[in-house]
Amino acid sequence: MDIKDLEMRALDVREDIISMISGAGSGHPGGSLSCADILCALYLGGIMDVSPDAAADPARDRFVLSKGHAAPALYAVLAHAGFFPREELKTLRKLGSRLQGHPDMRLTPGVDASTGSLGQGLSIACGMALGLRLDGNPASVFALLGDGECQEGQVWEAAMYAAHQGLDGMVAIVDHNGLQIDGAVTEVCSPESIAEKFRAFGWDVHEVDGHDVAALMKVLADAKAARTGRPQAVIAETVKGKGVSFMEGNAGWHGKAPDAEQTASALAEIRSARAERSCA
Amino acid sequence: MIAFASEEERGCRMATRAAYGPALTELSAEGAPVVAVDADLTGSTTIAKFAASSEENARRVFNVGIAEQNMTDVAAGLALTGKVAFTGSFAVFGCGRAYDQIRNTVCYAGLDVKICPTHAGISVGPDGGTHQMLEDIALMRALPGMRVLVPADHAAARAAIKLAARTSGPVYVRMGRAAVPCVYAQDVELEIGRAYVLREGADVTLIACGVEIEEALKAADVLAAEGVSAEVVDAFSVKPLDAGTILASVGKTGCAVVAEEHSIIGGLGDAVSHLLAAEHPVPCECVGVQDRFGKSGAFEELMSAFGLDAQALAAAARRVQERKLSS
Repeated sequence: MDIKDLEMRALDVREDIISMISGAGSGHPGGSLSCADILCALYLGGIMDVSPDAAADPARDRFVLSKGHAAPALYAVLAHAGFFPREELKTLRKLGSRLQGHPDMRLTPGVDASTGSLGQGLSIACGMALGLRLDGNPASVFALLGDGECQEGQVWEAAMYAAHQGLDGMVAIVDHNGLQIDGAVTEVCSPESIAEKFRAFGWDVHEVDGHDVAALMKVLADAKAARTGRPQAVIAETVKGKGVSFMEGNAGWHGKAPDAEQTASALAEIRSARAERSCA
Repeated sequence: MIAFASEEERGCRMATRAAYGPALTELSAEGAPVVAVDADLTGSTTIAKFAASSEENARRVFNVGIAEQNMTDVAAGLALTGKVAFTGSFAVFGCGRAYDQIRNTVCYAGLDVKICPTHAGISVGPDGGTHQMLEDIALMRALPGMRVLVPADHAAARAAIKLAARTSGPVYVRMGRAAVPCVYAQDVELEIGRAYVLREGADVTLIACGVEIEEALKAADVLAAEGVSAEVVDAFSVKPLDAGTILASVGKTGCAVVAEEHSIIGGLGDAVSHLLAAEHPVPCECVGVQDRFGKSGAFEELMSAFGLDAQALAAAARRVQERKLSS
């Protein structure tokens, strides 16, 4: 898929995110929209070696959505990647749905780990990378964390251990959108500089615009291929609520569904961006 | 038929925790894909013995340092690549501190992680209340899908660890620091969901697990001298509980005492009381730590101070028998 197609897909994914959360009447639009381009690069841009036809293949790359509340973004991308019908996205958060409020590996095809309690995904990824290395399996493990999530101490337990073990098959991506429920991450309790912290723990650190799909593709491919003896961190500068102007940069949209009018306005904005992009 | 320790073996005392590392070595030799994640306690947990058993096994040991939350989720990640992952520590850290990790990552996904704390209860002794976990059975019992095993002796601990490895999904095996007498034959095989009658009796049933088995057997001797015949049941599988064996015994004796080295809240006592209330209400008393924290002291002193020794069990047995006879 070329970059322009990938950008168009990211707009489709944004549309799905808004529709799903609006339909569910609850969910986390801000942090789902901020990581949409990252997830598109991983699953639709071909960074990760995964396929719905080989969903349990031991040789596949793994992904852990440590910021599990961005489940709508993951579900939308998995549907676009063919793991289940896009139609099913409408069932998000509803009784009997395979699409739970937070990712459940036992229910949703393509989900490699159940997550939702923040701070745990990097440790899970670390265990996966150790298991793969023990088997001589060269598959890579990706984990996506929030910047607010980096306030959880366990993130740094895992960062220390991954570096100590030299787990270079592991890529941690931080969705650096700057906001958490109670406001700016730096005002609530600053974990900055996250990049410097990962460096200090012994990681290779890459920094990238998390909405520049071409740049993301390059950085993620580089990080996956690095194998320097050190784990790889990608700090992706993002905007919470990206693509819906009234949500952008507003912590109030962390965990709230848009009403009917807001949904219509958000979808109109995304569709107009798609129309503009397709003419470009 | 279950094999018990010989007269000679009964005289030897060993800690349940001593079974941990050697049992993993056995499992590895049998081809089980076991790995051990430890948090700076490889000597105390005996995982050092597993690591020392071969170069291959050394590669299967992951010491994360003093980081029990990471330990638990690293084990979860290893399980997600097809390993049977064991974690060990003091129960207060490996179970208590890592409760959220056990709940949301291990149990919610039903992963093959075996939580095997080697230091639980007041038998931890002089380290005191901060290190004496008395709520772990309650925490683990309440988790959907978690199996809870509390072995009485070294042989039962070995059997429980091997059972844990062969059972799909999360299992909690609670071990202890204190040396306890051998009850079972060294090569005994136990089953999840089974309780074992260690001594037959007609007047009162003593149901226990872990270090309380020794006290229950001693209490049965004390009661026998008074002409009271006590049946002793090892409910090592606290969850799932062997309702059949317990109800058969209580159906015969008509009263019960349940004993555990754990808080009276949420443990084996609650599990058995719940069963009896629903299926066969009879006079029943629970012996356990009475909603308090532990404290420093020698194991034997603490057993007496907290009312967990044979005398306390025998006294409870006399009371339930009296209630039975007066009703």
